[in-house]
Amino acid sequence: MPINYYIFLSVALFCIGVAGVLTRRNAIIIFMCVELMLNAVNLLLVAFSKMHHVALYKINPEAGINGQIFVFFIMVVAAAEVSVGLAIIVMMYRNTHSVDVNFLNRLKH
Amino acid sequence: MINYIYLVPLFPLLGFLLNGLLRNKLSKSLTAFIGCGTILASFLLSAAIFTEVSKAGFQAQTVTLFPFIQVNTLKIPFAFQVDQLSTLFLLIITGVGFLIHLYSTSYMHEETGDHYARYFSYLNLFVFSMLLLVLGANYVIMFIGWEGVGLCSYLLIGYWFKNLDYDNAAKKAFIMNRIGDLGFLLAVFLIISKFGSATFADIYPKAPQISVRALTAITLLLFIGATGKSAQIPLYTWLPDAMAGPTPVSALIHAATMVTAGIYMIARSNILYTLAPTTQTVVAITGLATALLAATIALKQNDIKKVLAYSTISQLGYMFLGLGVGAYTGSVFHVMTHAFFKALLFLGAGSVIHAIHEQDIRKMGGLRKFMPITHITFLFACFAIAGIPPFSGFFSKDEILAAAYQKNPVYYVIGVFTALLTAFYMFRLYATTFLGTFRGENAHIEDHHDMQSAEPGSEPASHNHEPDSHSIHESPAAITIPLIILAILAVIGGFLGIPEVFAKDLHWLGHFLGPVFQASTNKQAAVLFPPSQELTLMGISVAVALIGVITAWTRFSRKPELEEPTGIGAILANKWYVDEIYDALIVRPLNAFGKFLNNVIEKSVIDWAVNGAGRIVQYSSRQIRLIQSGQVGGYVLLMVVGMVILFIVELFVKK
Amino acid sequence: MSPTQILFWSLSVLALFSAIMMVASKNPIHSVLWLIAVFFSISGHYILLNAQFLAIVNLIVYAGAIMVLFLFVIMLMNLNADTEPQKNKWLKIAGVIAGGALLLVFVAALKNADLKNQIAQVNGGNIGLISNLGLSLFHDYVIPFEISSILFLSAMVGAVVIGKRE
Repeated sequence: MPINYYIFLSVALFCIGVAGVLTRRNAIIIFMCVELMLNAVNLLLVAFSKMHHVALYKINPEAGINGQIFVFFIMVVAAAEVSVGLAIIVMMYRNTHSVDVNFLNRLKH
Repeated sequence: MINYIYLVPLFPLLGFLLNGLLRNKLSKSLTAFIGCGTILASFLLSAAIFTEVSKAGFQAQTVTLFPFIQVNTLKIPFAFQVDQLSTLFLLIITGVGFLIHLYSTSYMHEETGDHYARYFSYLNLFVFSMLLLVLGANYVIMFIGWEGVGLCSYLLIGYWFKNLDYDNAAKKAFIMNRIGDLGFLLAVFLIISKFGSATFADIYPKAPQISVRALTAITLLLFIGATGKSAQIPLYTWLPDAMAGPTPVSALIHAATMVTAGIYMIARSNILYTLAPTTQTVVAITGLATALLAATIALKQNDIKKVLAYSTISQLGYMFLGLGVGAYTGSVFHVMTHAFFKALLFLGAGSVIHAIHEQDIRKMGGLRKFMPITHITFLFACFAIAGIPPFSGFFSKDEILAAAYQKNPVYYVIGVFTALLTAFYMFRLYATTFLGTFRGENAHIEDHHDMQSAEPGSEPASHNHEPDSHSIHESPAAITIPLIILAILAVIGGFLGIPEVFAKDLHWLGHFLGPVFQASTNKQAAVLFPPSQELTLMGISVAVALIGVITAWTRFSRKPELEEPTGIGAILANKWYVDEIYDALIVRPLNAFGKFLNNVIEKSVIDWAVNGAGRIVQYSSRQIRLIQSGQVGGYVLLMVVGMVILFIVELFVKK
Repeated sequence: MSPTQILFWSLSVLALFSAIMMVASKNPIHSVLWLIAVFFSISGHYILLNAQFLAIVNLIVYAGAIMVLFLFVIMLMNLNADTEPQKNKWLKIAGVIAGGALLLVFVAALKNADLKNQIAQVNGGNIGLISNLGLSLFHDYVIPFEISSILFLSAMVGAVVIGKRE
């Protein structure tokens, strides 16, 4: 498949994630939108990895493998991030009995 | 000896600091001692240097003390010029200055201790500045002194600062001087840009290589400075008002020394003027016009000091005429003799004022009986200023008039006419003051108040010292001794410059100053003057002066002019309404313009802009404040908008 | 249209539709379920690209572990559609417009990019196989791998510390 298709698909997913972050107030949904954005990027990385592979496999049979390794690490980091992030959200719910980010307006002061 | 030249201005500076800083601690006699002693020390040192300079074969020297301004290639050292001209002025300044200091110790005796010290500190500062002006080896140092004397003049005119009129007179003098100083300053800039130096020794040899137009501009600007300092048309009106200061101040600053600064400066720059004939004409005509105008005004003045002030302006006009026609030696000669006889006249007037606490000559008369020394010295001074031989004024004035005749006979005719007026008004003053009978007795009760304001320095004494003929007596020795010394000088001072007609090679001053004016004399075509013609000219001027003296004497000694003048006399008494014209032409339009700027431009434009800027900032910050809501969502939105803008700029706009 | 292409298009449509529904649905539970659908379709894409290992990891880690965690949290908090207060309408529109503008900018920028001849290989290549990836991971990337284990440890500690009741 032409790489364009993957790029546009990823960008579309990413922008849906951005729009979700901007429009929702529920901290958990916002968090999920961030995950969606990460996945959009992952998809693009894999597509690029395959693109490089098809261009260079005659010289280097393992060309493009780095991109997939990178995706792996992103998943690792995302898992760690989710564990901490959800802990923070639980903590916040415990204190405010809400997951509305608008309650978190301490930055004003 | 010449290397100790820096001590000459240092002594008065020391006196100024001592008297000024310790004015509450020193006793009056100590103050007087410091004030006079420092000037005497300067005088003795100046005399010693003068003897060295007057030796044959002396070359002009420059004593550099330290570098003052150094910018790139421009070097302006703090240096003193030691030559015939500057040492001659040193002698006049410190000599006359010392006599006037001595005189002041008695004249100002009624002041309280701290004011007394303040007076002497100002006077010392003035002498310091004047010495700096005269000694400076470049225009910048000269300018320091030039500004310094202006400041001291301001301080001393406004010495009795509680009187608002005196303050205004001081301000007037200061502002008029500033106008002239601007010209001087511009001239200095022009000189530096044209010559690359401000030092006299560098400039004058290079002058012939500079275009005449540039020289004309420089000399005209310098002349503007001179009209301010030396009270010439159009900036002369401050000098009569400057008589608000104590009389010794009038004698020292506004007659003998400071007002001759302009003459000194032009005489110093003589080569520049010789090379710029246009400026010379302007200088000559201005000087002549000033001389005539001031002389006509002096005819109808009734304040003893005002008459002397206008005669000073008139005599300064003569000096400028001399400079304009190239008679530099004659001008400097006249500066010297004028310093003697005008200081004497002022001090004599001060002695009279001291005795009867009155400045209006209509309320004087017959003082010859009561004040013999003052009378006789005053008479000598009058003869000197009127130009009666063999008094000093005759020689110097005649030298200028002879040179003027060479240049243009019209100058000579007007000059002689002015000399007639001079003789007339001086003897009107003399006759009204000293001859006839005393007219003060019945006038003093109701005029008591005026007298206080006329001379507040003598205020406490005037209560029990009513001016009637019985209590008038001669002034103390501290006043009469300077009078006598100055009278001797005023009588014999002229013999320093005996014209060639009378005796070959006896013009000592001309020989002495020769090296200073060497370059100019070489440039000027020396017109040989047939002796018979010169004698005729002298005869005419003496005869004219005698006519003036005799007319005035006979007319005013019996029946002085007491009633208010009418017709042309009223115009003259009101000084040709020059002050009023200046007021209408310059002061009031400027005030109106200032008011316009204040009311219209300031309020509606500048205030509007300033307040508007504040209001815009306030309004916009009140609006922008709302963005800082603390809502994370809002921040993220702004971040995304920022990103979009950055992407647009990066991807589309930049290409 | 080859089967691969049919698969690609249908997976793409599914991913986009599910993503939009995830953002749009009011109930958080529905959002989680739609997001799982997105992850499944992305995994399908991975398989199309012969990245089998990543496809499986994606399913296990994201769709399995992470999303279940999300579900747990939502259920713990007992959130439902009514609990979320409506956001300012204008701010919502602004958010959508900003996201749309970002998309527009990207599309406009990439539209003319010279990528027509670049092909992402589908149905071929073996770099996505677990053996190849494992070789590379434990050979070239062993230090980042170990560092990521430390990251996990610290994340664990952080989660415990934050979640602990004072």
